[in-house]
Amino acid sequence: MRDEATFRVKVGLAEMLKGGVIMDVVNADEAKIAEDAGASAVMALERVPADIRRDGGVARMSDPAMIKGIQEAVTIPVMAKARIGHFAEAQVLESLQVDFIDESEVLTPADHAHHIDKWAFKIPFVCGATNLGEALRRIGEGACMIRSKGEAGTGDIVEAVRHLREITGAIRRLTMLDEAELFVAAKELQAPYDLVRKTAQEGTLPVPMFCAGGIATPADASLVMQLGAQAVFVGSGIFKSEDPATRARAIVEATTHYADPARVAAASEGLGQAMQSLEARKLDDTELLAGRGW
Amino acid sequence: MTVGVLALQGDFAAHARVLEELGADVREVRVPADLDGLDGLVMPGGESTTMTLGIEREGLAEPLRAFAASGAPVFGTCAGLIMLDREHLQIMDITARRNAFGRQVRSFEADLEFPDIEGPPVRAVFIRAPWIEDAGPGVEILADVDGHPVAAREGHLFVIAFHPELSDDTRLHARFLEDVRSHVGRS
Repeated sequence: MRDEATFRVKVGLAEMLKGGVIMDVVNADEAKIAEDAGASAVMALERVPADIRRDGGVARMSDPAMIKGIQEAVTIPVMAKARIGHFAEAQVLESLQVDFIDESEVLTPADHAHHIDKWAFKIPFVCGATNLGEALRRIGEGACMIRSKGEAGTGDIVEAVRHLREITGAIRRLTMLDEAELFVAAKELQAPYDLVRKTAQEGTLPVPMFCAGGIATPADASLVMQLGAQAVFVGSGIFKSEDPATRARAIVEATTHYADPARVAAASEGLGQAMQSLEARKLDDTELLAGRGW
Repeated sequence: MTVGVLALQGDFAAHARVLEELGADVREVRVPADLDGLDGLVMPGGESTTMTLGIEREGLAEPLRAFAASGAPVFGTCAGLIMLDREHLQIMDITARRNAFGRQVRSFEADLEFPDIEGPPVRAVFIRAPWIEDAGPGVEILADVDGHPVAAREGHLFVIAFHPELSDDTRLHARFLEDVRSHVGRS
């Protein structure tokens, strides 16, 4: 008797992706380059965040034909993005049998109050978060992986660092609270009490926590891994750089050896130009993607 | 008793936690020198293409073959099973079929009967799992799902297509550590 799509089975794939690099790709050729460089999964999307930022307009789920082309090109897991709250896009992605759905603030939100009820799906979901309350609300809705949001498409790591520190610092503070204080913490975090309590007891999020948004170099990957991320997503940082294949391999190597500065140094040599970057603090509030999500 | 866990990519930390709970000293293995003095090795789950490239990059293929040839117990789970097969490290006389059960939507858990594990069936979590497509005469098949072998032993080599490190059942890790203990006793 097989039990499919249990929470353990869904979180299990996130467990398998730990210690690796998930790369944004926009076509089958890029997917193949990513796989050959050692990506543990690819994220199929129509435009990388840097281009979405540049082009403006409404960013939506990708063309199913493009996603299928990528599924045929590689054997590693294929993820794809749905708009926040757009459960019909998520249903389409599920019917395509993508391996993971990213309910992502990089796309234009489809609902200004509700996220997708992720318990209703057999495919696991990853969601972005900027703080612990947001992370636990997403897990309450059924997310099987959390990624710190950072500020996608900038090549600036500062927001990813802020979000990781927000989450890990808040978890450390939770572990010092007594039982009565945890009820208040749940109220203040605006998060489900049982998840707050579980997080306090275990000292970690109940699902794996990865990092996204602004990773452009091997040292960026090392930094966020040392800050507690268990794997990294690289969006524009690879295919918007001068030499994507070399940079992709270097970031994979630095993610494995994140705690060994000599190896990170070796991986950082001669990579050519990083992506063209934007300083996140100089962006207008209306241009920030991380504020999307409720 | 020090057991290594290959830590290039995947859920190596989950294996390390179980092994430590069972009383083993654990060392993460990323480069050949990390294998020195180990009494056993776990090849964890993760992405087999990522691991293959990592093994190549680190020059780990020959050292891993030499380690297995020394007779030290090796336990491969999921991607670890694939790594040990004829088409990868050629350590074990099996051929794995990758993603044999299908994409993530077909991942599942099920109860498995094991011949040398006492008590209730093992709750096995299969994530985009392989199965053993072909095995040589020296390989004992220990369990199957719908006729497809998902666990096998060849002397000191033990492979399973699922993830005991994701369930609360530590009996398979304990079984592996018994092999490690008797190997240490012999050498």
